[in-house]
Amino acid sequence: MKLADLAQRTAEWLRTDEEAQSVAISSRVRLARNLAGMPFLARCTESQQAELEQRLRDHIASPEILGDSFYVDLAAAGDLDLELLVERHLISRHHADADCPRGVAVSNDETVAIMINEEDHVRMQVLRSGVRLNEAMEQINRIDDLLEQQLDWAFHGQYGYLTACPTNVGTGLRISVMLHLPALRLTGEFQKAFQAARDMHQVFRGLYGEGTEASGDFFQLSNQTTLGKTEAQIVSEFTQQILPGFIQYELRAREVLAHSPERAGLEDKIFRAVAMLQSARRIGSVEMMDHLSLVRLGVNLGQITNIPLETINELFLLAQPAHLQQVAGHQIPSKQRAEMRATLIRDRLGMG
Amino acid sequence: MKHKCDRCDKPATVHLTDISEAGEKVVKHLCADCAAGEGIEIKANVPIGQLLEDFIQSATSIEPVPSLTCDVCGMTFAEFHHEGRLGCPHDYDAFGEPLAAMLAGTHEGATEHLGKVPHRAGGDQQKQTAILRLRAELKQVIGAEDYERAAVLRDQIHELEEL
Repeated sequence: MKLADLAQRTAEWLRTDEEAQSVAISSRVRLARNLAGMPFLARCTESQQAELEQRLRDHIASPEILGDSFYVDLAAAGDLDLELLVERHLISRHHADADCPRGVAVSNDETVAIMINEEDHVRMQVLRSGVRLNEAMEQINRIDDLLEQQLDWAFHGQYGYLTACPTNVGTGLRISVMLHLPALRLTGEFQKAFQAARDMHQVFRGLYGEGTEASGDFFQLSNQTTLGKTEAQIVSEFTQQILPGFIQYELRAREVLAHSPERAGLEDKIFRAVAMLQSARRIGSVEMMDHLSLVRLGVNLGQITNIPLETINELFLLAQPAHLQQVAGHQIPSKQRAEMRATLIRDRLGMG
Repeated sequence: MKHKCDRCDKPATVHLTDISEAGEKVVKHLCADCAAGEGIEIKANVPIGQLLEDFIQSATSIEPVPSLTCDVCGMTFAEFHHEGRLGCPHDYDAFGEPLAAMLAGTHEGATEHLGKVPHRAGGDQQKQTAILRLRAELKQVIGAEDYERAAVLRDQIHELEEL
């Protein structure tokens, strides 16, 4: 499978079929692991980093672990390929920007991605659409079991799985759910949600994870604590105690908006966003995200009935800069990109 | 526009938009004390990425940075303090108490792993540390171009890994 093929299709974990997805778009679980007997990455010599990449790649990029999959040697990859992988959440921004032997193995359906030589020797993730953390957890555990039959992970009797950054030590498990929270922002309550999350030892991050800005009202909510709890405990606390609260909070804010005297103002915003997307001849990615976010809210509130959620989810991905350029097959200046983006959006929204 | 606290005359530093029971938008301006009285906890407005640094600071702000060095990878606690990343698995033992205090701060007070344990015996820490030491020495002797010793070390590493 070629990387360029990805740029024209949606991702399995972005498909929508449940009502809960009006707020929670996708789930992700990630395990951090390091090889025993090796320094952490930053203290490895270049030849040790190369040795790690080679050894891990042989074990990881196999049908037994990933089924049908492809491997991208990131040190040899072009900028556009790196950006595409970031936009599709298959590698982190940090992994794309690094400068050492490194790679990522991805299952063909993109639900599993295993990064080699990111901050830790191995960072594996499983993605699912909607809130399917248990299922994702089972799968990542199976993959970890299989890898563990061939590789010795750095493990400590007291501290568990050892990681380069002590914030991941213990289980090495970070679970996150991508949330669409437009109503909390419109009602000005997001700051309270953000603080509530911190008080409950959870963290809100931007759309593309750590150190990235939120855009179009999308946020990733994840656990902060990785030590002192079992994996099952972390998942069940998150899915039963933490997540429903934030989903309810957003749904309540939507309810309030839909019934407030300002309802007309909200409708105005939503339908202006639709008109903008249907009419623009040039549109930047940030502007698009803001409009798509409002349109998505409009669909969820039942105000817009002729645009399927799938189409909106798809545009979030396909109209990103690297996706557009992959389809074109080369780098394109941003003005022309804005034209391509506008055309793609009009096309998908049936405006030709 | 500067606001005074809704409750007292101190300058307001907390601005919240709330939705009342009747669905009305209510804007509140409070000082930190009155906000705390309302059960609103305000924490320093730092980027999330600085979380670890905060903990490092809080763990070490009272006492000077401990002068500890990992005898396997050579990383000092001060370097870790600066970079935020550890050098090798043995650092978790080498940095002992100060690191444990930091972990407790990051992980809701926990300092013991309760989760999954690898099925294989690869978790043998003495063996892991022995391999780490050999690798550190290997790095040194290659730097000194002592290839004879390097070959011996490579064999030893290989042997231990096969165990």
